[in-house]
Amino acid sequence: MISVENVDLTFETNDGPVHALREVSLEVKEGDFVSFIGPSGCGKTTLLRVIAALESPTTGNVSVNNMVPDDARKAREYGYVFQAAGLYPWRTVSGNIKLPLEIMGYSSAEKEERTKKVIELVELKGFEKKFPWQLSGGMQQRASIARALAFDANILLMDEPFGALDEIVRDRLNGELLNLWARTKKTICFVTHSIPEAVFLSTKIVVMSPRPGRITDVIESSLPAKRDLNIRDSSEFIKIAQRVREGLKAGHLDEDL
Amino acid sequence: MKNFLGNSNIIPISVIVFFIVAFWYLAAIPMNSEKVSRQFKNLTFKEHVDKSWNLKKPKLPTPHQIVNEIIKTTFYKKINSKRSLVYHGWITLKATLAGFILGTILGILLALGIVHNRAMDFSVMPWVIASQTVPILAIAPMIIVVMNSVGVTGLLPKAIISMYLSFFPVVVGMVKGLRSPDQMQLDQMKTWSATQNQTLWRLRFPSSLPYLFASLKVGIAASLIGAIVGELPSGAISGLGARMLAGTYYGQTVMIWSALFAAAILAATLVFLISFLQNYTLKKMAIVR
Repeated sequence: MISVENVDLTFETNDGPVHALREVSLEVKEGDFVSFIGPSGCGKTTLLRVIAALESPTTGNVSVNNMVPDDARKAREYGYVFQAAGLYPWRTVSGNIKLPLEIMGYSSAEKEERTKKVIELVELKGFEKKFPWQLSGGMQQRASIARALAFDANILLMDEPFGALDEIVRDRLNGELLNLWARTKKTICFVTHSIPEAVFLSTKIVVMSPRPGRITDVIESSLPAKRDLNIRDSSEFIKIAQRVREGLKAGHLDEDL
Repeated sequence: MKNFLGNSNIIPISVIVFFIVAFWYLAAIPMNSEKVSRQFKNLTFKEHVDKSWNLKKPKLPTPHQIVNEIIKTTFYKKINSKRSLVYHGWITLKATLAGFILGTILGILLALGIVHNRAMDFSVMPWVIASQTVPILAIAPMIIVVMNSVGVTGLLPKAIISMYLSFFPVVVGMVKGLRSPDQMQLDQMKTWSATQNQTLWRLRFPSSLPYLFASLKVGIAASLIGAIVGELPSGAISGLGARMLAGTYYGQTVMIWSALFAAAILAATLVFLISFLQNYTLKKMAIVR
């Protein structure tokens, strides 16, 4: 469970202060799949980083599993997936997945067991001994997700994890991610700039706009929990996508005034 | 660099070597002409050339004289003889390796300090750079004399001079190498709440290895120079540096040049060994393919 209350964040830069987040408030319930969508500079990544305690808000309160974010980070309450897979070239797939487990001091039997489990979860069975350069971009990102899942935190924070992949691979991984979410019942916060991706994946869509970064709309999805790619042609899907688009447009209109 | 032996590099290299050797022989004729004229009279041109290429103490010895001297003093002298290049080379090599190891350790420790400690980050680097602006020829005698006065002689003072030269590339390379992981990789470590030590051993150190090896190649060559320079002012009687010095005392140019070539061959071998280790390690770690 994540709650964000009246968060403001200002970066001091050489060109003066940049208002990255203004009056951002948000509730994420357990088991939610929440997407943050908006153009670049809208603070969606910054908001995710605030939740992960990689940035601290200037004012406002954030709690993650009833802890302040930094305590939640230290308690390893979340797994974070970055835009780049960031696998270590000198470690095999399973070596990479074991990395956080090593850091957290799991026993070797437990490391093996957990690695085996998440490799099956992301469908990388048979690739355990491969090195990252032997994998495609999509497989690397799956390994990166497996690594974030390995220590079984109940929150998964994902920062445009499929942003660098082509659309075909992205569609497949979106489907797999939904399956994974259904099976593991994690709470997922997902940053994206793709409207179909956000609508397809989410139970809740947070539309953001830039300068200053703020939330312009929060949409509770009316789509059924169990979905496949065909749902994109449904009128319900199109209606939600339209509302997201309008939210994004509204943010831009503000800017013109 | 991919395949050091047996590829198309061989041809251009041989052509250049050929021209250097040809130029060398040509240059030896006018350089040694005066001496030949003084020693011999009424020579034909062919005899003159022949003599100038085979003088006992020429101004410029020819390649074959140097090669002969190296072969003679390497393979046909007892290895513990004062006239053996193996003996002198080994003395210098020991100091080189000792200084190289000390320099590498010092370099890595300083780099760790600079990367992990803000105060060191701001204060150490200028001193490191300043240390290299002092001519080693000025420092070397002082180190020898000071250490001699406290009763330390032989290998250690030379190793210290080698260390003085070889720690520098290691510090510079390792600071860059330890800082080479990008912000995302460091953030990732942070999300796992990794300690500074875990980040060092699992991320920073492996990422720094390409930089370390590049530094080691420069460092070991500098170490050899340090060891040779360390042998010059001390009036040492053994080592390649001492051999060069003795050659200049007695006008034994062939001896100087052969010691010079022995040092060059030694340096090339050491750099090659590190290159080999570099290729092996980085391939094994899949950092280069």
